[in-house]
Amino acid sequence: MTSMTKRVLAMLTVSLMACTATSALAQSKKTIAVSIPAATHGWTGGVVYHAEQAAKEIKAAFPNIDVVVKTSPSATAQVSALEDLSAGRNLDALVILPFTSEELTGPVAQVKAGGAFIAVVDRGLTDPTIQDLYVAGDNIAVGANTAKWLAEKLGKKGKIVVLRGIPTVIDDERIKGFTDVIKGTDIKILDIQYANWNQDQAFTLMQDYLAKYPQIDAVWANDDDMLLGVLEAIKQSGRTEIKYALGGNGMKDVIELVKAKNPVTPISTPYPPSMIKSAIYMTAAQLSGQAPMRGNFKLDAPLITPENADQFYFPDSPF
Amino acid sequence: MTSATTHIAIIKAPRRIRWAAMGPFIALAVVMLAGMVLNSNFATGTNMANVVTRSAFIAIIAVGATFVISSRCLDLSVGSMMAFVTGIMILTMNRLEPSIGANAIFVGAVVGILVGATCGLLNGLIVTVGKIEPFIATLGTMGIFRALITWMSDGGSIPMARALREPYRPVYFGDVLGIPIPVAITLIVALVGAFILYRTKYGRRCMAVGSNADVARFSGISVTKVRTIAFVIQGLCVAIAAICYIPRLGAATPTTGQLWELQVITAVVIGGTLLRGGKARIWGTVAGALILEMIANLMVLSNMVSEYLVAAVQGVIIILAMLAHRFIK
Repeated sequence: MTSMTKRVLAMLTVSLMACTATSALAQSKKTIAVSIPAATHGWTGGVVYHAEQAAKEIKAAFPNIDVVVKTSPSATAQVSALEDLSAGRNLDALVILPFTSEELTGPVAQVKAGGAFIAVVDRGLTDPTIQDLYVAGDNIAVGANTAKWLAEKLGKKGKIVVLRGIPTVIDDERIKGFTDVIKGTDIKILDIQYANWNQDQAFTLMQDYLAKYPQIDAVWANDDDMLLGVLEAIKQSGRTEIKYALGGNGMKDVIELVKAKNPVTPISTPYPPSMIKSAIYMTAAQLSGQAPMRGNFKLDAPLITPENADQFYFPDSPF
Repeated sequence: MTSATTHIAIIKAPRRIRWAAMGPFIALAVVMLAGMVLNSNFATGTNMANVVTRSAFIAIIAVGATFVISSRCLDLSVGSMMAFVTGIMILTMNRLEPSIGANAIFVGAVVGILVGATCGLLNGLIVTVGKIEPFIATLGTMGIFRALITWMSDGGSIPMARALREPYRPVYFGDVLGIPIPVAITLIVALVGAFILYRTKYGRRCMAVGSNADVARFSGISVTKVRTIAFVIQGLCVAIAAICYIPRLGAATPTTGQLWELQVITAVVIGGTLLRGGKARIWGTVAGALILEMIANLMVLSNMVSEYLVAAVQGVIIILAMLAHRFIK
């Protein structure tokens, strides 16, 4: 054996050893990738905030778990982000809030094929067998619980107007939950129109409702962002017959109204962006402690009242 | 040359030209008439005041867009720019409020005007000095401004300090001699715009550049300068709209001003300004903004249209208005 061959062999051994060392290290340290939409409006802003908080807390609590958060501005960008995340490293788990169900189903299935634990949040995939864990809020309950409270307060009679969001499943479910409950009462829904979960459009639409209907007993905007526009329009009109103006989602500005026992907005219902945090924590529990987390986890939408508002209040969150 | 053209125009078709110029106002009258027939609440003082005041933002921005479009450019960034200027203004006012109180509003407004003008200048320079198609250049800055406001607000909202809400509120909700302040500001902006466009050398150069940039260049007009100034005027108008906008909801969010650029361009074109440049109608633009807002208002007031079809009906009305305009000509 020449010295040359010896040296090559030695080098090979060293590099082999190095390889095993790194892979051993990688095995002991587990990676959770979190893929979420970029902050383009209040609710997704909250998702990003809570995902980053959860990443920090999990990394501090479990030194053997690494959490990588990646935000994407569109469905196609999210598909690319998934490829990037799984190409660079071996993923042990993926927590994803998919932009759209159809486009993301295939790419998530591929990550799953690599052996990762899949947690899907909020919007389901078209093939539910891909997910190990599904965490979501209850949009039907958001509408229904608000409607029940309102019906009781109005004595099951009166005239109300409704503002709905962007035509999506989320919006349809909230409206369905609400109208199904109202149907069983003598309350008349004067009008339902889209305001696209936008404060400005809600302000405009509410002005028009006020011009159109001389008597409105209550307003329901199916999102708190819109509620802020509604409140401003009511304030400007000087109309005093409107007993309640309610929203939904648990935006911090509205929780502040609830905490202050505002007579017009005394409650809200949560559809919390912090559900991403639930999913990240549960995934970490699965990876670190092998606590069984496979299944569906549906968050309730209990009424937020002045008494429990503190539990739903995140002053540092953008939402 | 100029006098000869005018002469021929006067002899040939004095009436036809007047009719074409009247188009947007006739359309406005038709929409209003339809409104009165469809719903008795339409013509009430409150509703009219609401609608006219609401249309102020689009109208003010559209006056600026009339300059940009008549010089044969296009600005797609106005909606995002508006959100960005709003955000900067609120942040400035909130920072200054503890030390100088309500005066922070004035400083904020000045800062807003400066930022708006700078944004416009940036757009203008990219288009003229950078020689990039205005469509692409402002598509780029549209994304930039939108991302900046999203970043500044962490995707949430930038609320104005509570102490400033009451002193600032009248700028949107108040009135002078019965005219809502945003409407008064719109009138002033349109008057100044009309003066610059129809009565100054700059206005004529703007048209010349819009009808034929090469001919304008050969006649010694600096096309670069004319177009850059048009973008700066646009930026100023955006800032003025932002000043009126903030007191309405007291916050800037990533969805502020979303898709306004399309409404602005629609208002300008309905008003009779040519998208290919060379002809501008400031008052037509204002009428265009009013028509858009009134159609939207009517959609809610009348019960005839399903909530799912509102946008389609609005689209059809706009196309019909444009077709009618064409046939009147």
